[in-house]
Amino acid sequence: MGKIGIGWTALGDGFDLKWSKFVEVFIQKNGYVKVLEGLRNTLTIAICGLVIGILIGTLIATVRVLPKYKRLPRVLNGFCSFYVGLFRGTPMVVQLLVFYYVLLPLLGIRMSGVQVSVMVFGLNSGAYISEIMRSGIQSVDPGQLEAGRAVGLGFAPAMMKIVIPQAVKNILPTLGNEFIALIKETSVVSFVGAADLYVAFSYIGSNSYEFMVPYLVMAVIYIVLVMMISLLVKIMERSLKKSDRRN
Amino acid sequence: MIDVIDLKKSFGDVEVLRGINVTVNKGDIVVVIGPSGSGKSTFLRCLNCMEDPDSGSIIFNGVDIADMKVDINVHRRHMGMVFQHFNLFNNKTVIENIMLAPVYVRCQERKKAGREGRAVLTKAQIKAQAREEAMGLLRRIGLEDKADAYPSTLSGGQKQRVAIVRALAMNPDVILFDEPTSALDPEMVGEVLDLMKDLAHEGMTMVIVTHEMGFAKEVGSRVLFMDEGQILESAPPEEFFLNPQHARAKEFLSKVL
Repeated sequence: MGKIGIGWTALGDGFDLKWSKFVEVFIQKNGYVKVLEGLRNTLTIAICGLVIGILIGTLIATVRVLPKYKRLPRVLNGFCSFYVGLFRGTPMVVQLLVFYYVLLPLLGIRMSGVQVSVMVFGLNSGAYISEIMRSGIQSVDPGQLEAGRAVGLGFAPAMMKIVIPQAVKNILPTLGNEFIALIKETSVVSFVGAADLYVAFSYIGSNSYEFMVPYLVMAVIYIVLVMMISLLVKIMERSLKKSDRRN
Repeated sequence: MIDVIDLKKSFGDVEVLRGINVTVNKGDIVVVIGPSGSGKSTFLRCLNCMEDPDSGSIIFNGVDIADMKVDINVHRRHMGMVFQHFNLFNNKTVIENIMLAPVYVRCQERKKAGREGRAVLTKAQIKAQAREEAMGLLRRIGLEDKADAYPSTLSGGQKQRVAIVRALAMNPDVILFDEPTSALDPEMVGEVLDLMKDLAHEGMTMVIVTHEMGFAKEVGSRVLFMDEGQILESAPPEEFFLNPQHARAKEFLSKVL
């Protein structure tokens, strides 16, 4: 009891000073510009990553549910398994480093840290989303695809107009989780020189010689972001539930 | 209209269809009956290549659609299909279910016509036209007030009637019915059969897999009796039901009638 009490008192004692140091750097030394820039980069990487991930994931999931009696689907399927295995089998940081310091220089392509991060986040979440999407597609009654084919739609239009919208509805909560995971994982992009929230608050910390408040504020910003996403997912779920409603 | 020549199909080691030969003429109401596992549904599903036949041909309007090189989607647009479990698109409203294929096909044609420099309707006009037609079909089955409802809110009988007009929306040459009343509550069977009778009277060509013997007798122009992947009898209903030739058919009828 005593120890904890002392701890909190200590925090309370110096807190005013720490707060004022933070505010000073945040406002007078343009800390807020860095934070806004970091927030923008964090959101850019997570959102663009998610969009690319959904596109790649849907494509892979579709390939994986294709009937396998022809050669082309089998070859594609093998490639997709390899891709998913590769990106799920290595940490995001490693992928960032490999792309930024190995692959891109080898190919002679110059990209900024943010661009590389968007690409790697997209490729990485594509691997995860493909599995989510596959389970979503498999949760849709096969009769739906059959009915689409029976009215004369090809495989691709039947998937896009009928099966995938229903699959997305089923996996929306899981996709929300993936987005939340992406937002939080952006905190490693400083490894390739992208200025995210972590970089911004580290800047404030090292300019005020005081890290407690900046990192607390950073945690709060992440929590608020995640809560906003959860809310958004809930709203979307509700509007997509329309077709489930029974009179 | 449809000529089936020596159609064979196996699932793994099980030979489900062992050489089917049938001709369906325009205006025919062909009723397929037989014990379960006799290959009736598989036969029907092969007619529009829902299941790809292993061998044999299905000549539909002069084209062998069993040939894998044929663009099957084009031919399926002239063959409606009605399923046992309705299979209405759950993510679309009733009217969207009916409009989906006509709008899709006309938009495809529009693209083609546009490339060839012919005059085309705008997408909005195509949609409006399709909606108009779909409303007409809904009026016909008395469900125009359900146009904007989702399928999950309909009863089984309503769903199946919507599924039938969805097939009608493409103006098909033939409609294939795969046990259209088997998943319905008994009280809803009548409304679906009545709609099918109406279509029959209008001269629609139909191939129907069913267990409704009364319907087969009343509406069918020909009964196919299938067992173990073969057609054992093909006769007009009055002849078949009064005087079945094959021992297997006699046994089957003694059980169901």
